[in-house]
Amino acid sequence: MTTPVLQIRDLKVTFSTPLGPLVAVRGIDLDVHPGEMTAVVGESGSGKSVSFLAAMGLLPRTATVEGSVMLDGHQLVGASPKLLRSIRGRLLSMIFQDPLSALNPVHRIGAQISEMLRAHSSMSERAARIRAVELLEIVGIPQPGDRALQYPHEFSGGMRQRVVIAMAIANSPKVLIADEPTTALDVTVQAQILEVIQRVQAQFGTAVVLITHDLGVVARVCERVNVMYAGRVVERADIGTIFDEPTHPYTRGLLASLPQAGVERLVPIAGFPPNMLNPPTGCAFRTRCEHAAEACGQRLPELEPLGNSMTACIRAKELVGR
Amino acid sequence: MGKYLYEVLRFVLRRLAWAVPTLFLVTFLVYVALRIGTNPVESYKRINPRATPAKIQQYIEVNGLDPNYVRGYFRWLVNFVTLDWPRSIKGSREVWPQLKDALANTLRLGAAASTVGIFFGLMLGIYAALRPGGRRDVGVNTAAFVGISIPPYVSAILLQLVFAVYWSRWFGSTLFPTSGVYPPGHTGFNGWLMAKHMVLPVTVVAIQIIAVYARYMRSSLLDVLSSEYMRTARSKGISERRVLFKHGLRNALIPVVTIAALDVGSIVGGLIITENIFSYPGMGKYFLSSFGEGDFPLLMPWMVIIVASVLLFNLLADVSYAWLDPRIRLE
Repeated sequence: MTTPVLQIRDLKVTFSTPLGPLVAVRGIDLDVHPGEMTAVVGESGSGKSVSFLAAMGLLPRTATVEGSVMLDGHQLVGASPKLLRSIRGRLLSMIFQDPLSALNPVHRIGAQISEMLRAHSSMSERAARIRAVELLEIVGIPQPGDRALQYPHEFSGGMRQRVVIAMAIANSPKVLIADEPTTALDVTVQAQILEVIQRVQAQFGTAVVLITHDLGVVARVCERVNVMYAGRVVERADIGTIFDEPTHPYTRGLLASLPQAGVERLVPIAGFPPNMLNPPTGCAFRTRCEHAAEACGQRLPELEPLGNSMTACIRAKELVGR
Repeated sequence: MGKYLYEVLRFVLRRLAWAVPTLFLVTFLVYVALRIGTNPVESYKRINPRATPAKIQQYIEVNGLDPNYVRGYFRWLVNFVTLDWPRSIKGSREVWPQLKDALANTLRLGAAASTVGIFFGLMLGIYAALRPGGRRDVGVNTAAFVGISIPPYVSAILLQLVFAVYWSRWFGSTLFPTSGVYPPGHTGFNGWLMAKHMVLPVTVVAIQIIAVYARYMRSSLLDVLSSEYMRTARSKGISERRVLFKHGLRNALIPVVTIAALDVGSIVGGLIITENIFSYPGMGKYFLSSFGEGDFPLLMPWMVIIVASVLLFNLLADVSYAWLDPRIRLE
């Protein structure tokens, strides 16, 4: 196996709030291999976005980050602002959820892309403009030359997300983090955007981390899946394994709540995610888990191999096949 | 770019074309209000008790004080537009020289106070917004609250006490003069003397402006700083300074500049309280004294200038808004 380009070890993120410390990410390990498309799946508040914002150094001052994030030989946790700045947008870039508000309304599209280029190279203004138009063409924007001179409000949501992607891949980063890139878009546009991401991944050899709560999106494009719950990775496996033989009760619950042909009723997961100001002891999912036993509250389960997956459930072995 | 300039020009011309009927309508309303509110003929008789009926008739003629308001207004308008302005009722002085001086004095005071006030206000607002909830934020907020709460007649008198009364007691001479534009009896132009006379009134007005704009800029910038595109900008790996100036301030200034244009427009009407406390011969003092005497020939041109400047600065606000925010179309 290749060495991972992004290696996260025991990452913890704590926010200090007026109500006390809120531990949003409680020690996750995660590897992203070059050119691979990895999914991070979980509900809102499961810590999936926060983990990667922490890697980018984009969290507010109230956040404390511990652990290790290695990107291409650079340690990002505790790195100087200067080092982080030189990495952001060059080796590691991010696509955000809402393309409508991710672009600055008062600057032209072309200028916003060429700013990204010029931030990390000595490219001339003119060369950057030309490259920006090329990038717009790569992400499938018609008449890129004219469009580069327009403002964000002159673009539709899907077109703006293409612009954001063009900006993110401008410097051919090693890793591209796509934080719910299709959530704010129409279903018809979603497929197009995923296709654009896949295309640039192939063309630039970029590793992509797709953060989403939509297993349908994951099924379409990803090779590896990390399922997160309450700030922990609870299951990790190949896409086929996740769908065919899920081991963690939470993953099973997620799959049962997906619409499927021939199934009349969806089965939602009962209850709500835990309050992270005061998470339950042991396995955080036990409060909603139909298989919860007394032992589940004893200690925080670690990821352990089971069949083709890694799973963080002490009862997973006995539940397999049920 | 040329197309854009053409668009702006067309917008300005169209708005100016609209401003003309507006100016007529508003000055007509002002004319009616002044006739009802001050009764110009009675004021004339009161000030000039020995005026002959012929003189009174002439006064009515040149000022357009016909019993029919519409006919009278047009009579006044013809005289006004042909620059055949009637003289003041008291002392029969020419109006324009007085009005011109008052306007120049107020513009000088207003421009100085607005420049100082808006500049420092914006700086303090930015300074506070960069650490929301921090000590400097609390400091700026408190200072702004105090600044807004102190009325100009209190701060003016405090400043006069410190820099004139106590200063002369402690050091033997006053630091800044407390009234007028020049010492009594002075003739000719002297920039240094003029600047010294302006320090205290400018300070009084600027305190208010600083307080208002610090709060305004702070909240506007806080809005912008928490927006998604600021995170995008930061994710590009550009310097914090560039993130703030190129992406933050430009957006935060959009609402502030618009309000500033309207505010500066309203200053032309004079800073009535401040001008009176400092005996500063500006538009506010001009208005108070001529209104007190019911001096119709002095009041009408003052009104026209105020209305015109409000219309003008409204136009300026619209143009600057569209210039700063590409989402706004001029049409």
